[in-house]
Amino acid sequence: MSSGHSTYVPKSAFMKWFESRLPLGGLIHSSFIAYPVPRNLNYLWTFGGILSFMLVAQIVTGVVLVMHYTPHVTLAFNSVEHIMRDVNYGWLIRYLHSNGASMFFIAVYIHMFRGMYYGSYKAPREVLWILGVIIFLLMMATAFMGYVLPWGQMSFWGATVITNLFSALPFVGEPIVTWLWGGFSVDNPTLNRFFSLHYLLPFMIAGVVGLHVWALHVVGQNNPTGVEIKDVRKDTVPFTPYATIKDGFGIVCFMLLFAWFVFYQPNYMGHADNYIPANPLVTPAHIVPEWYFLPFYAILRSIPDKLGGVLAMFGAIAVLAFLPWLDTSKVRSAVYRPIYRQLFWVLVLVSIGLGYLGAMPPEGGYVIASRLLTAYYFIHFLVLLPLLGLIEKPKALPNSIADAVLTKHAGAGGAVVAQGAVSAPNTKG
Amino acid sequence: MAEIASSEPTRRDFLYIATGAVGAVGLASVAWPFISQMNPDASTLALSTVEVDVGQVAEGQSITVKWRGKPVFIRHRTPKEIDEAKSVPVAQLIDRDARNANLASDAEATDVNRSAPGKEAWLIMVGICTHLGCVPLGEQGNYDGWFCPCHGSQYDSAGRVRVGPAPENMHIPVYSFISDTTVRIG
Amino acid sequence: MSKPGLLIAGVVAAMVALAGAASVPAHAAEGAPKPPRESWSFSGPFGTYDRAQLQRGFKVYREVCSSCHGLGLVAFRNLAEPGGPEFSEAQVKALAATYQIHDGPNDAGDMFDRPGRPADRFPLPFPNEQAARASNGGAFPPDFSLLAKARTFERGFPWFLIDAVTQYQEQGPDYIHGIINGYVPAPAGFELQPGQHYNEYFPGHRIAMPKPINDGQVEYPKLPNGQPQVPETVDQYSRDVTAFMMWAAEPHLEARKQMGFKVMVFLIVFAGLLYFTKKKIWAKAHDEEAKA
Repeated sequence: MSSGHSTYVPKSAFMKWFESRLPLGGLIHSSFIAYPVPRNLNYLWTFGGILSFMLVAQIVTGVVLVMHYTPHVTLAFNSVEHIMRDVNYGWLIRYLHSNGASMFFIAVYIHMFRGMYYGSYKAPREVLWILGVIIFLLMMATAFMGYVLPWGQMSFWGATVITNLFSALPFVGEPIVTWLWGGFSVDNPTLNRFFSLHYLLPFMIAGVVGLHVWALHVVGQNNPTGVEIKDVRKDTVPFTPYATIKDGFGIVCFMLLFAWFVFYQPNYMGHADNYIPANPLVTPAHIVPEWYFLPFYAILRSIPDKLGGVLAMFGAIAVLAFLPWLDTSKVRSAVYRPIYRQLFWVLVLVSIGLGYLGAMPPEGGYVIASRLLTAYYFIHFLVLLPLLGLIEKPKALPNSIADAVLTKHAGAGGAVVAQGAVSAPNTKG
Repeated sequence: MAEIASSEPTRRDFLYIATGAVGAVGLASVAWPFISQMNPDASTLALSTVEVDVGQVAEGQSITVKWRGKPVFIRHRTPKEIDEAKSVPVAQLIDRDARNANLASDAEATDVNRSAPGKEAWLIMVGICTHLGCVPLGEQGNYDGWFCPCHGSQYDSAGRVRVGPAPENMHIPVYSFISDTTVRIG
Repeated sequence: MSKPGLLIAGVVAAMVALAGAASVPAHAAEGAPKPPRESWSFSGPFGTYDRAQLQRGFKVYREVCSSCHGLGLVAFRNLAEPGGPEFSEAQVKALAATYQIHDGPNDAGDMFDRPGRPADRFPLPFPNEQAARASNGGAFPPDFSLLAKARTFERGFPWFLIDAVTQYQEQGPDYIHGIINGYVPAPAGFELQPGQHYNEYFPGHRIAMPKPINDGQVEYPKLPNGQPQVPETVDQYSRDVTAFMMWAAEPHLEARKQMGFKVMVFLIVFAGLLYFTKKKIWAKAHDEEAKA
């Protein structure tokens, strides 16, 4: 976006002096005050703000936990219990952090599916989208390593299973796994490096988030119609106060859900087995990753070949990066794509189904179902999306964002808006 | 339009102020656990007593024990040291307060107020220079007491500062003799 | 609720469902019946521990369980802390002194035993896991400190979803209560090796622990007229010791739930204010739209 709703004018002589040396005020003003936001964004667009909040919350609670945690196999489990029992408000901070990871993923999945529904990955937002996929990968790595740190049974065996994925690589597999472990099994060196990286990666995420926001501010936000901004004055509102207050409301609503789990059922999202100290001689009866990895875990297990399973799992994430080119349709928003809209919901159901199957034991009908859903997952991205753009006949697009909003408010229900209700801007009044 | 404009602001401003105020209260409440967690935790607070057998400490000897992570000097003083400490008028001291946690905070820094009650040969104090926290060396300096190698403070045979820059006498922790030869510190 | 709102709610529900499905262990394959659901004073958003029950439970632990099961993460002082059994400081001091704590080295360089102090943690019944196994026919009696959170059973669909809303999370206590009361005669033809015992609720039914407690084994405090306050039965013992174990595993549960209520009230009020503020601010934008 080249022009915002206003320009920054330094008020005092000092600010003028400072601005001419480091234009920080201008940057903040143009990014978070005057930045034009499509006026028809719905509450799904608050998840960017919610995710920023979660990232800060995880970093703050994490930095505090490190003040009391000891990364050593003989002490890690007890130091976490020390936090839970003795440290002032330690139980609160630890439950915030462990449940915060789940909340972070709830928000990121909604954010990603929102992007898919409204075609937010399409030109000119490809780089923005790919940066998002990178953030998602970094989040997964961070969450995985964080789960190892309490050194309970699930920590240990989760680490063992996931690091063993790399042993599937031909020739270099075994040396890589030994290198990852720093030994011949998951042990103290592994715990120490995971701890170090778990502390490092969130700051890398923050860096990529910076790029993500930068890219966003270059190309501007998509919106429920998928129509680009034509007239800044008519189609947009300034970020502050409009988007700030709306994001703030969204964040507080999200905090309600967060607080429900932290204060009332802090262990609902976790595994009972992780309250048993790690024991390298006994594997728990059923190893299940954290819920946010389940769809990918199901894909891994659905392929009977070791290397194939690993490739499919990473492929399921990698395919997202190619989405901007796999989707051949000229129209962004699913609101105007009747067939794509149905396929989208099928994909959502397939993903949830894969998640459910990932939690089930790998036997009988569960395996067959996983294979079918895995196949569909890839077909959706690699076959259906490229073809659909060629055969689907989209509905008529509104001329502009302002037009779409006006028609909606008029309640006329013309051809353009009949299907537009899904993308309703916030309800008036 | 003008009428609306004149009546609206108050109600709207009130809403904005209420929202902002509630948000500020929330922020402050969230900050507290994150500040409080850096205070000593329950296990640290609980570990605040040690018991020391001083039966083996002969006259003219000292031992150092660890209490709350800090050195505590336990000195069995000689009659000469006691006499020297007693002969100094309190008015001459840099710090005239006893700094004895077993006594009132305004107790004077007399030798009686510094030594163990009824056992004036025993001096028990936290062995940390009140200047910047170094551990002074025993039986050194010009006052038959302690000398801090960091910045040259000197303490006498009752642990009272006699030469700066330390501002206070060495502190005396809460302690009691639970038998003739056993001291409980803390 | 607007359509995006519904969508968000739906997706959140689906993810919570996944989370619930993920936290389920696969004991199903072994076909153990689910332990019955008990009522616990500490369940629900306003749950608290029953002090008298925790004190009785501690007595059961001390007189019966502690010969094999440790309580290594709990310190004597915890017994006097708010939100727990709340014994008096003097009681805890006296109690701690009845335990011998291995300490040292002393000035001569020797390790020694001394009476416990409130700051000490409960000494373990066995010096290490190998010793524990050697004394218990190869089985390791698990430590009690976290057991109430470390045990669970599968709830199955759709219960794990309903649990997220109803806050049912006492699977651990229900399971422990079930085990203590689950010693029934083995069905005909069920093979048990020496040192194994049949238990209805134990996965696989073969448990190494013999029936741990019998009616009347632990004497409870009596009313002034000499009548018992609660029955001295296995069922009551198991409830009391289970409640004690839940406290040992989650000593700040009361503080957590009480703070949770305040936080929820605050967030609802704050969300309401933000909602109206947001409406006020956006009214201006909608006015422009109307004029345009």
